[in-house]
Amino acid sequence: MPKVKIHRKSTVIDMTAMCDVAFLLLTFFMLTSNFTRKEAALINTPASISEIKMPERNVILILVDAKGKVFFGIDGQDNRMALLSKMGSTYNIRFNQEELKEFSLINSFGVPVTRMKTFLSMKPGERDDPAISNGIPCDSTDNQFRYWVSAARSLSADYRIAIKADQATAYPVIKKLMGTLQELKENRYNLITSLETADDLEFK
Amino acid sequence: MAEIAQNHRRGRKKGRAKKLSTRVDFTPMVDLGFLLITFFMLATTLNKPQTMEIALPSKDKPKAEEQTTVKASKAVTILLGKDNKVFYYEGTRENGVDPVLKQTSFAPTGLRQFLIGKNYDVMVKVRNLKAEKDKKRFSEEDFEKQKTEIIKDKKAPIVLIKASDDSVYRNLIDVLDEMAICNIDRYAIVDITPFDLDLIANMTAEKQTGNETK
Repeated sequence: MPKVKIHRKSTVIDMTAMCDVAFLLLTFFMLTSNFTRKEAALINTPASISEIKMPERNVILILVDAKGKVFFGIDGQDNRMALLSKMGSTYNIRFNQEELKEFSLINSFGVPVTRMKTFLSMKPGERDDPAISNGIPCDSTDNQFRYWVSAARSLSADYRIAIKADQATAYPVIKKLMGTLQELKENRYNLITSLETADDLEFK
Repeated sequence: MAEIAQNHRRGRKKGRAKKLSTRVDFTPMVDLGFLLITFFMLATTLNKPQTMEIALPSKDKPKAEEQTTVKASKAVTILLGKDNKVFYYEGTRENGVDPVLKQTSFAPTGLRQFLIGKNYDVMVKVRNLKAEKDKKRFSEEDFEKQKTEIIKDKKAPIVLIKASDDSVYRNLIDVLDEMAICNIDRYAIVDITPFDLDLIANMTAEKQTGNETK
């Protein structure tokens, strides 16, 4: 009679399948998501039922926080460099290569152009201090906002303007911005909102 | 492959070469995969922000033939006041008689009900169109096309949105939203006039005196 052999079960599990799953998920996340961009101000957007998605590229982003400070940002590092040198030539400020490089890494900013040099020389962590960014001047006496928009517009005609304002922003600020955009003949733009469910909106 | 060939050449005399296991331990690879997933999940967002498209009239004076005169009977003026208050009146000042200002709210029973009432014909048409679409009679694109045709109705009300300096951005978005919900195509954001401010001031003053007499 042959001896009954008891097979010892191996404790090694084949990890290949697990690996497949992990990388499949990874690929999915990489393709469907986009990086959260750090914005210069915390903005709580109002809700609307509009379902139009925000375009990803070629956006001039105008941020307005609850206190009415205006921030500005465009996408694309090359575009940012070109924008800053253009603004520099308008205001007779020479930005060197390092400053341009530094500026190209900033998503949005809210300092007057005259203080831009000091702003760029700060460390990235220091720039977050809300006391440093007190908004881009957009009064009729010193309307730098207007120059930023027209400089950005001159880079490319494809840019879309998007305004992201806080729910609690006072209307006069918005009116001022809209007036400036109107003067620049920018009559179509997007207002960024968060989605509101339209359950109770059904018309009977 | 190369290794096997090498073994073949050298190993003649030494006898059979040991077969190397082709199994690779994938555990560290899995670790790496999940680490990267975690990173991507934390560092990215899935949802794109929503936007509302808006087109404002240009500042150039329109030519005479392009100008539309608003018929007083069709005009609705919405006033945005302090503390999320919203008022409306129909028509304009005529023959020295002020229009009646009414206060309402952003609740579904407030401003929306009024606007739906004003725009009832269009609302019914759009609803019927939507029902047709749900029965798969035509595509989404056709639906949008026909809807834009319907809401251009000449009899539909024309809304003037006037935000006072005390109002906030949210109120403006809410009103623009109501325009979309109530299928109102013709609306404009206009500067508030002293006349409108007077109307609001009178109304709040009347309310206060009314409360006092009670």
